Amino acid sequence: MSETAIRIRELTKTYGSHRAVAGLDLDVHTGEVFALLGPNGAGKTTTVEILEGFRDRDGGEVSVLGTDPHGAGRAWRDRIGIVLQTSGGLDLLTPREALRSTARCYATPRDVDEVIEATGLGAKADDRITGLSGGQRRRLDVALGIVGRPELLFLDEPTTGFDPQARRDFWELIRGLAQGGTTILLTTHYLDEAEHLADRVGVIAGGRLLALDTPAALGGRQSQEATVSWEEDGTRRSVRTGTPTTEVASLAARFGGEVPELTVTRPSLEDTYLGLIAPHVTTERQEVPA
Amino acid sequence: MNTLALGVDRTTVELKMYSREKEAVFFSFLFPILLLLLFSVIFSSQFEDSARTGMTAARYFLPGMVAAGVILTSFQTMAMSVAAERDDGTLKRLRATPMPPAAYFLGKVGLVVCTSLVQVVLLLLVARLAFDVPLPDTGGRWLLFAGVFSLGVFGGTVLGIAYSSLASSRSIGAVVIGPQLVLQFISGVYIAFTDVPQWLQQVASVFPLKWIAQGMRAVFLPDGLASAEMAGSWEPGRVLLVLAGWAVAGLVLCLTTFTWFKRGTV
Repeated sequence: MSETAIRIRELTKTYGSHRAVAGLDLDVHTGEVFALLGPNGAGKTTTVEILEGFRDRDGGEVSVLGTDPHGAGRAWRDRIGIVLQTSGGLDLLTPREALRSTARCYATPRDVDEVIEATGLGAKADDRITGLSGGQRRRLDVALGIVGRPELLFLDEPTTGFDPQARRDFWELIRGLAQGGTTILLTTHYLDEAEHLADRVGVIAGGRLLALDTPAALGGRQSQEATVSWEEDGTRRSVRTGTPTTEVASLAARFGGEVPELTVTRPSLEDTYLGLIAPHVTTERQEVPA
Repeated sequence: MNTLALGVDRTTVELKMYSREKEAVFFSFLFPILLLLLFSVIFSSQFEDSARTGMTAARYFLPGMVAAGVILTSFQTMAMSVAAERDDGTLKRLRATPMPPAAYFLGKVGLVVCTSLVQVVLLLLVARLAFDVPLPDTGGRWLLFAGVFSLGVFGGTVLGIAYSSLASSRSIGAVVIGPQLVLQFISGVYIAFTDVPQWLQQVASVFPLKWIAQGMRAVFLPDGLASAEMAGSWEPGRVLLVLAGWAVAGLVLCLTTFTWFKRGTV
């Protein structure tokens, strides 16, 4: 198996005069969970749809599992799984029926009952899909995406509209898949989702890659100053420092033990992300007349 | 699995979905049967002479109802279901799997073949058992029936799939049912074709429904009525030729215009 699941070089795609993807370079390694982040209109969906073989590119090279997705055949589709952003149709079937029929299209499908179990659809497996909740419906989408035992799974904004518990459960499911060796390309608007799931994060805006790193290190987060704050004489005090451990130690010494209401925070992934995309979001707004 | 086996599997899935959609079952599958019952009751007084002429309201309207059934189960069902499946993402979802496109179309054809066959058998049974309508007694008539029926069903299926690209699922109902209703009125389904003004007859002659209805009249009506046709005969050869032409044109249209994706999304 190749080390690189997805390889993108100088990818371009233009709609009319709008350059949706403007020379994108990106590698996704085999076995990793890669999150693609970016504001609306950044070129995320276009890029992913080119990778899925749904859309043609204007220029550049793309290789997905060693094959150019443009015009790739059944053998290639057999190795990938796609969880689409919009999820509709199938209303008149039951999850079991939809999964069985989908599984038959693949050469080495997973066992349908196992997939139902793994996605927590057991109680609803024989009910009409119309009656599923949003979260259950999304689980079914994932079930349909993985029933073919894909090497590479595309997950497009999988948890939009989930309640917090449903999102946590969903993340567990995705982590399980990743541990089983599935390469996952995730697009999401939720920074905490990327932080929880992704091995690496790529931020794109204006059709280009702005940053690429682990969630913890993205945009130099690790080296940025931390904020240490605590409660003293009834007021909140805080200090920004490059050496938070020393700061906390000296505070502990001063208080003779516990520091009241102590917190140490670094800029969140969301802060870093918003900082990264800020210039691009502004230019875009200036370009588009109201 | 190979394409044929997947096509059979798609057919069972399509049949399941179809039978669970109560409105579709009613308005495409049972509708012609209900109309035959209704027309036979409403117009029975106009056929008081039936003992002498052998013509009853049910016998008179049966060919039109068979033709309407062909169009409803093939054209209408396909146009509406494919438009809905394109809009709700079912087609894109299928495209994401290694299912060969042919399997999808085989499933649609399988659905239409099953539903239209069962429908026509029910129609004929109702006509025969409830209204004593004589069924064709020569092999030639049954052969013509098979030809008109299969060309009509095939043509309706491919034309329906092609037609589905004309509208979104929101508007497809009106876009399909409106023109189809007009065609049914001017093609000799609800109103005797001879009662339709000549210029409208000519308009109707452009479309396949008129030819399906004419072919079915040739199958089910006594030969004495052939003189009432536009050409003064049933023209079975011409009927088959026109329907074959539409079937080929429909297939070409279907193959050249079909898209898995909703308009404006790719």
